[in-house]
Amino acid sequence: MKLQINNQVHEVDVEPEMPLLWVLRDILDLKGTKYSCGIAQCGACTVHIDGEPMRSCVLPVSSAEGKRITTIEGLSHDASHPVQQAWVKHQVPQCGYCQSGQIMTAVSLLEKISKPTDADINAAMTNICRCGTYKRIRDAIHDVAGNAPEVAKA
Amino acid sequence: MKTSNRISRRNFLLSSAAVGGGLALGFTLPASKAQAAAAAGPKRVNIWVEVAPDDSVTIKYARSEMGQGSLTSAPQIVADELDANWEQVHIAYVDVHEHILMNKAWGSMQTVGSQTIRNSQSYLRQAGATARAMLVAAAAQTWKVPASEITVKNGIVAHAASKKQSGFGALAALAATQAVPKDVPLKDPATWNIIGQSKPRVDIPASVNGTQVYGIDVSLPGMVYAAIAQSPVFGGKARGFAADSARKRRGVIDIFTIDDGASVVVVADNWWRAKNALAEVVIDWDEQGNGKADNASIRKFFEAGLTATDAAPLPNNKGDVDTAMKGAGKVLEAEYFTPYLSHSPMEPMGATVQISAAEVHVWASTQVADGLASEVAAALKLKPEVVIVHRVQAGGGFGRRGSGDFARQAALIAAKLPQGTPVKLLWSREEDTQHGMYRPLAMYKLKGALDANNNVVAWQTRIASGSLMAQRIGAPLAKGVDGMATEGFSRLPYEVANQDHSYIQRATHVPIGFWRTVGWSQTPFAREQFIDELAAAAGEDPLKFRVRHMAADELSRHILETAAKAAGWDTAPPKGVFRGIATTEPYASFTAAVVELSVNDAGVITIHRIVQAINPGYVVNPLNVRAQLEGATVWALSAAMWGEIGIERGRVKQANFHDYRVLRLKEMPKVDVVLAPTGGFWGGVGEPGQAPLIPALCNALFAATGKRYRSLPLTQHGLSLA
Ligand code: FES
Ligand code: FES
Repeated sequence: MKLQINNQVHEVDVEPEMPLLWVLRDILDLKGTKYSCGIAQCGACTVHIDGEPMRSCVLPVSSAEGKRITTIEGLSHDASHPVQQAWVKHQVPQCGYCQSGQIMTAVSLLEKISKPTDADINAAMTNICRCGTYKRIRDAIHDVAGNAPEVAKA
Repeated sequence: MKTSNRISRRNFLLSSAAVGGGLALGFTLPASKAQAAAAAGPKRVNIWVEVAPDDSVTIKYARSEMGQGSLTSAPQIVADELDANWEQVHIAYVDVHEHILMNKAWGSMQTVGSQTIRNSQSYLRQAGATARAMLVAAAAQTWKVPASEITVKNGIVAHAASKKQSGFGALAALAATQAVPKDVPLKDPATWNIIGQSKPRVDIPASVNGTQVYGIDVSLPGMVYAAIAQSPVFGGKARGFAADSARKRRGVIDIFTIDDGASVVVVADNWWRAKNALAEVVIDWDEQGNGKADNASIRKFFEAGLTATDAAPLPNNKGDVDTAMKGAGKVLEAEYFTPYLSHSPMEPMGATVQISAAEVHVWASTQVADGLASEVAAALKLKPEVVIVHRVQAGGGFGRRGSGDFARQAALIAAKLPQGTPVKLLWSREEDTQHGMYRPLAMYKLKGALDANNNVVAWQTRIASGSLMAQRIGAPLAKGVDGMATEGFSRLPYEVANQDHSYIQRATHVPIGFWRTVGWSQTPFAREQFIDELAAAAGEDPLKFRVRHMAADELSRHILETAAKAAGWDTAPPKGVFRGIATTEPYASFTAAVVELSVNDAGVITIHRIVQAINPGYVVNPLNVRAQLEGATVWALSAAMWGEIGIERGRVKQANFHDYRVLRLKEMPKVDVVLAPTGGFWGGVGEPGQAPLIPALCNALFAATGKRYRSLPLTQHGLSLA
């Protein structure tokens, strides 16, 4: 089957029910998308399907056929996406493991709502971060939106 | 400090050479830069400091990085004493194999117990100062001037009188040949200019574009994947299994048991295929007599420990508690319960192992890189010298990765495959939740007495808990007492003339381990609530009551008053808002917290604000210390509200994040972190933030509701978080 990932077409020979996550990670070696729960609970595996954030651990690869798939690797070549830059500016990541998913979720939130409120952020950002970087995630999203000048305190 | 690209360059090159290229570790430099670096060759001034001809300095980092930030902050210490220019500093992991071959020259690699800074700062400062002195000696020799007239600043070595100056690069070769000076004076902390700065974390850029490499991301040519099913009942063994249909599934390579039947493993060409095939294997488990244990039977066993007569006294016992209790005005008694907890880092357990004729290669997210070599070597009956552990970032550790069980399993699996086959073992989240090294369950029985003036005159504690020392480390207990299970009671910050604390070990079949903040994650739940209960019995303000009993403990008083002041304790909170406070002394630091909340009739808690104050003696990287306290707050709130690993039919009830709930962003309260370093000592920062949080929360709940919550998690009391 043919998959369009980060503006490139990949041909894969896999079971149609294989979750997109494992096609990305183990077949195509795109390791930026992470596995953590496998049951759509944590969001570590979030990618964009036609611009919508989706949890790839429960998404059969067949349902992504013919759609635009964007992973963290496709967000920018050089970490220049404003959300990535804000993540660095606010020193968001701790272990970093959840952050591909957090960033992909935040990007699509900001694409839909350019100036999200706290309530918008609460509703969209349901990804788990076990290191507890939530405060900085919120600050970084507000910063990209131009909502609040508060920078990570030194 | 530039990019993180060079962090693992050396590892990358070594790894590539070792396994014949093709590694996809993602740390490649642009080819031209890599070649230039390799050709020019940095000079090792000492084992911590390498200087390249282009004046760039590579500082070695020995421990692990799992989000705690010391990959950046530990090298800041070396760089400061070296008077390096931080912009020219690169950071590289110490090569684990070289470390083992050199008789562990880089000290401890253990990344546990909030010790990376406090237990290495002394030799890291020495390393920087010594390298600096050798660069100065080289300059003195070259310029024929007295060393005492030479200054070093920001990476420039200079002699004012002769107007000579040089970067480190030109002096490095000669510096490396200098005699190593002894007792080089260290800087006065007042003159530090890199320590104390919020340097951006060097590993963060790779965490925002998907290039950070964790254990789970290792990819080797010809690699196969393993999924594992461990005995659902701890200690059980597979008598046998039926795998006819599983073997026929696409991609399945082999199915076998390891560890004498403790686990069943499927190896396939893809992890998802391995996992699905494993679900089809019908396993006949022998529960080894543990299949009946449950929450109730375990609780009964612990409760019996609270009244058992053979408990071991703590060394700080003093006075005569019984007599003091008899003569007291008021006597209070309370029992507290803290459950088993899982670490559940976001990266599940796993490891990649490749066994060749002469060497064993291991890639795993670990908190003890050198210990992993020993563990894998022991599993394969080899010497640690032939095991090569490669460094990767850990997707969270929190103590879980202090154990090497998963790497050991990967080695046993690799040993069953054709020689040279790299195999990546990955646990499912369910395996991770159900085969943890859990925070020990513990129960506490406290009794305290107030005299006619409301002074605490007697304090009795009975602690019934598992013993990490005996059950995890396998070391004997000193006079029957486990030091970690009794943290917080082995030295009360409160002056009490008569004290009687005792410990009794309660070992069950549930494996226990070091869970972030260890004993300090649970003993304050009892201690800091009980002192509040005494204050309430005395009819006094909980802050003033504590302070009144802390006359001799200046640092405890200082942090408590710092937190209280930041929270505005002296001014009443708005109507319907209540405060709770607690103080602790974990990991050689001092931490105190104030929680401000309200509770509605339905038991929904709204946390308005949390103040977290820490005195770690010195703060190396303020930004990172703040991040650690924010994270520790989230960690503690997750445990307080939902954290519980329950046992049913000998096995863990919870399986994944749907029934092992953790805090999410919408529940994140406002946290004000107060850094209050006094200097004079070095304390940890990764774990201490959690210690006072849960008791402060429960004390606030008492203020709001008049009810004491003496067992966790709080959801079991019908409470929830807004
Ligand atoms: S791994 Fe997909 S949501 Fe957790
Ligand atoms: S940064 Fe570690 S899990 Fe989010």
